[in-house]
Amino acid sequence: MILIFFVITPIAAAFLIGLAGRYVKNFSDSAANLTTVILFAASLYTLNLVNTCHILVYKIGGWLPPAGICVVADGLAVFMLVTVNLISLLVMIYSINYMNSYTEKWKFHALYMLMLVGMNGVIISGDLFNLYVFLELASISAYALVAFGTEASSLEAAFKYAIMGSIASLFILLGIALLYSYTSTLSMFDIAAVLAGKPRAFLINFVSVLFLAGFALKAALVPFHAWLPDAHSSAPTPVSATLSGVFIKTLGIYAMLRVFFSVIGATSNLLLVLMVLGLVSMIAGAFLAIAQNDMKRMFAYSSISQVGYIIIGLGCGSLIGIAGAAFHLFNHSIFKSLLFINSAAVESQTGSRNMDKLSGLAAKMPLTAVTSVMASLSAAGLPPLAGFWSKLIIIMALWISGHYIYALIAVLASILTLAYFLLMQRKIFFSEPNQELSGIKEAGFGFSLASIILASIIAVVGVAFPFLVNSIFVPFWNFLGV
Amino acid sequence: MSLYFLCFILFCVGLYCLLRKRNIIKIIIGLGIIEYSVNMFLILIGYRTNGRAPIFARNQEISNMVDPLPQALCLTTIVIGLSITLLVVGLAVRIYEKYGTFDITKIRRLKG
Repeated sequence: MILIFFVITPIAAAFLIGLAGRYVKNFSDSAANLTTVILFAASLYTLNLVNTCHILVYKIGGWLPPAGICVVADGLAVFMLVTVNLISLLVMIYSINYMNSYTEKWKFHALYMLMLVGMNGVIISGDLFNLYVFLELASISAYALVAFGTEASSLEAAFKYAIMGSIASLFILLGIALLYSYTSTLSMFDIAAVLAGKPRAFLINFVSVLFLAGFALKAALVPFHAWLPDAHSSAPTPVSATLSGVFIKTLGIYAMLRVFFSVIGATSNLLLVLMVLGLVSMIAGAFLAIAQNDMKRMFAYSSISQVGYIIIGLGCGSLIGIAGAAFHLFNHSIFKSLLFINSAAVESQTGSRNMDKLSGLAAKMPLTAVTSVMASLSAAGLPPLAGFWSKLIIIMALWISGHYIYALIAVLASILTLAYFLLMQRKIFFSEPNQELSGIKEAGFGFSLASIILASIIAVVGVAFPFLVNSIFVPFWNFLGV
Repeated sequence: MSLYFLCFILFCVGLYCLLRKRNIIKIIIGLGIIEYSVNMFLILIGYRTNGRAPIFARNQEISNMVDPLPQALCLTTIVIGLSITLLVVGLAVRIYEKYGTFDITKIRRLKG
């Protein structure tokens, strides 16, 4: 029963904001923040619930599966719900300050709520066509949000993103249509059951290719990544934090995982393709990130590289690989949102994102400097922080499954990650202060609160992990049960 | 069977249009073509030769009817396609205001 509220609440909020946001001052802010707080609390409650009964099913309108539509959540889905709603809560907190520089703030909140509907819907839908509809809902609001600033660059980025995203969606829709023609059902469980009873046809390979192309475009793996740096760097920063933190993971990686591992079934060829895609994204993303001047563009390329880690973890196909991938997904969404919040703080105070023009901000913005160092080190995988453990698990999974070269390259890419983040830190925060940048102080309350929360999550998860590995992580990967 | 292949050819025509054309409006038309081919494919999946509409009525023996589900799906995708087209055309208008051209090779401020 609680599951359907993950869709209903934000849709109601979007509707109310659309009605009243224009006339009532501060209504959109408070409604959006209230909604994300409620959703985060509900996701924690669901986490508690799924611990006892393992899988939650809600039949909409009481109609039984062949005719009706179900929403389903297992361990992995609830884990994703918690991640998505946590990030959207923090993003909403700091957009209170940040979005003041834009006009028509309520449109931002309404679109953001619709994007949240789409993401939550993708996670809980138990039906392939519903997955497509929610995916489109989230994508369309994301295209509009990328163009929110209506500057020349953001319009260009949004157009590029809209075209590529629509091609991806149409590939996915064609795949769903072909699967329906083969199995005569749309429910994920029924499709899996029907496919298990039939011999593997050529059609299934074709459908796999269509889904792979579609979801890889949504997740921005390397041959399909052209839209991501543009969209991330031109969107308003709350949107970039969400896009990079949870959006590409929910629509790309989680949906891919669902479709391949629980519906079609992963073959060894598919896993090999995932491994290669992950490897290429990991390396190419890291090398491209080194060459960037723009902070947000560097973080965008870094996202491509980190998504490569997640995909390579999935490509192992073993339970430990998938668990490591899910853990890295969580860590990446935390540290990348934190980095984007820091870039927003720097941008709102100095008016620039160009790393060559910024210098010596550590003395003036100590909180931003410290939290961004923590996020960078977590991204690079330095030992006490959360990112280290997830990378370690992924590399261990690669080593156990016998992919020694992949494991070695993953370690080397991690060193590259450290290199470009240290370069960024040295340029922006820890260099001789520039005369032009005087009179700068810490950004507003929302920024500080969100970055302190995120940084403490990184530290707490990292430090507590070795003590909790047996009591939390092992049961967690048992209940992933993909 | 040939109808299915024609559908795929239409899909490929749309894809070609998207990949090769430089004008934003033509790209949007290409997107529309792909969308129509997928919609048509959905309808073809549900089609049965000499089938009738799946309307249940008293005293009638329905032996052969078309599958209604893909038609419902098709309606949904048409609505989604409409909203995407609207958004993209809106973006195209704003891009023309900013850049003064529809040529994508000249709309290149983002690089690297």
